[in-house]
Amino acid sequence: MINIYEVLETNKMIDQENLDVRTITMGINLLDCMDSNVDVLCRNVYERITRLAKNLVKVGEDISKEYGIPIVNKRVSITPISLVGGMACRVPEDYVKIAYTLDRAAKELGINFLGGYSSIVSKGMTRSDELLIRSIPQALAETERICSSVNIGSTKTGINMDAVKLMGEIICQTAEQTKEKDSLGCAKLVVLCNAPDDNPFMAGAFHGVSEADAIINVGVSGPGVVKQALSQIRGASFEVLCETIKRTAFKITRVGQLVAQEASRRLGVPFGIIDLSLAPTPAIGDSVAEILEEIGLERAGAPGTTAALALLNDQVKKGGVMASSYVGGLSGAFIPVSEDQGMIDAVECGALTLEKLEAMTCVCSVGLDMIAIPGDTPATTISGIIADEAAIGMVNQKTTAVRIIPVIGKTVGDTVEFGGLLGYAPVMPVNSFACSDFINRKGRIPAPIHSFKN
Amino acid sequence: MNKTIITVVGKDAVGIIAKVCTYLAENKANILDISQTIVQEYFNMMMIADLSEMDKPFEVFSNELTEIGLSMGVQVKCQREEIFDKMHRI
Repeated sequence: MINIYEVLETNKMIDQENLDVRTITMGINLLDCMDSNVDVLCRNVYERITRLAKNLVKVGEDISKEYGIPIVNKRVSITPISLVGGMACRVPEDYVKIAYTLDRAAKELGINFLGGYSSIVSKGMTRSDELLIRSIPQALAETERICSSVNIGSTKTGINMDAVKLMGEIICQTAEQTKEKDSLGCAKLVVLCNAPDDNPFMAGAFHGVSEADAIINVGVSGPGVVKQALSQIRGASFEVLCETIKRTAFKITRVGQLVAQEASRRLGVPFGIIDLSLAPTPAIGDSVAEILEEIGLERAGAPGTTAALALLNDQVKKGGVMASSYVGGLSGAFIPVSEDQGMIDAVECGALTLEKLEAMTCVCSVGLDMIAIPGDTPATTISGIIADEAAIGMVNQKTTAVRIIPVIGKTVGDTVEFGGLLGYAPVMPVNSFACSDFINRKGRIPAPIHSFKN
Repeated sequence: MNKTIITVVGKDAVGIIAKVCTYLAENKANILDISQTIVQEYFNMMMIADLSEMDKPFEVFSNELTEIGLSMGVQVKCQREEIFDKMHRI
């Protein structure tokens, strides 16, 4: 039988070390909501989402109360909307109409984010894809809870550089249209390479075409728990360090697995995957950067950071894989800047730069995340940053992403407040040399040689 | 069996266990195991109770126990056993 020390250990993780389940995300297929009339389409979409996810929030809250574990977010991801709206949408404004509908559905359900205002254009853009992408700035400016993502490359297809160029411009326009709120729209827009179909985390969540009608995916968290465990073994060898991370990741993931199974049973929707990610929050002690410090770095960004992060990411997976029956999504340590107090501190004291963050994304999920840059950064430079990240993802057969916020009216030295889980961020300097001739070429970068495996 | 773990954490005082046990008895909750320890001067108690005979919803039971705890200045938590089982047993 369970003993008192085990019970106290679990409760200490929850009460003092911020252990939580970060999100229960219900994936919903909207392919059969298609219609050639946009109003009928919106009605179908609204009805489908509010019917299937009707009890999502209530079930999440019930599980949370019964097991005594916080479940921070209850969310919905949907089929990339460019696949659903193709028949009905003639102009970007038609897509914006769908965005309003999705926002209304999210409010009705009481969820904070709905992901899947998305398009997958890894190789080429259909007319529908382009319309959707061009509608993103207005859609994000005029809705509250919609998250948008665009997948512009993959290991199998290479990188669609036309889409990369367009996304640089779209990010700038989104920043401009939400400038009253410190360009907040860009915090809800992510550009991906090798995007997974079953990611439960925003802003990149969508319900891929390889998925069933509805599915429950769960994202776990717990940087604080890992940090606390490592503080007990300071100075120990790498073997002990790795073993400790693995054990901790196992325990965290088992809680996620339990919650996922319960949610799946109570909602009558099949269980998809657990996403083994260390997702930080702005709360003190809930930081991936602080784990890196605990491993032995003075600050995140110091030499050794990439190695420490590689080790951390690998051990989290090794511990988590055994704890869950299905693992998927992004599964890795997240290194957002604004959502992680340790990262913010590292940037403010000059330890962490954009270039070092880029290096770190080679060994962990996901990419340049929640980074504020000067509002006057040219669109082509943002496209260059996206291309670099996509190249890392394409060559290393991993997911990479860029969620970058050019904050209109702000420059290096200023701070931007996004609020809530999105946190705050110091504006970081960007390399000022141009790459426009590179970005303005037309076409795509071919898939790398090691993608030809057949 | 419908096992629940009840934990009580706080400054030690007379009658804490008595009060919690009385409430459990009134609600037909059968106590399977009790253990306690003092950590950094704080009183920690854990009970494993079987709630199969109880006719209240779990949420109400849990809230009422928390209220009883508050009236004595201690924190009472009620959680289904599986969370501990999953975390500490393979």
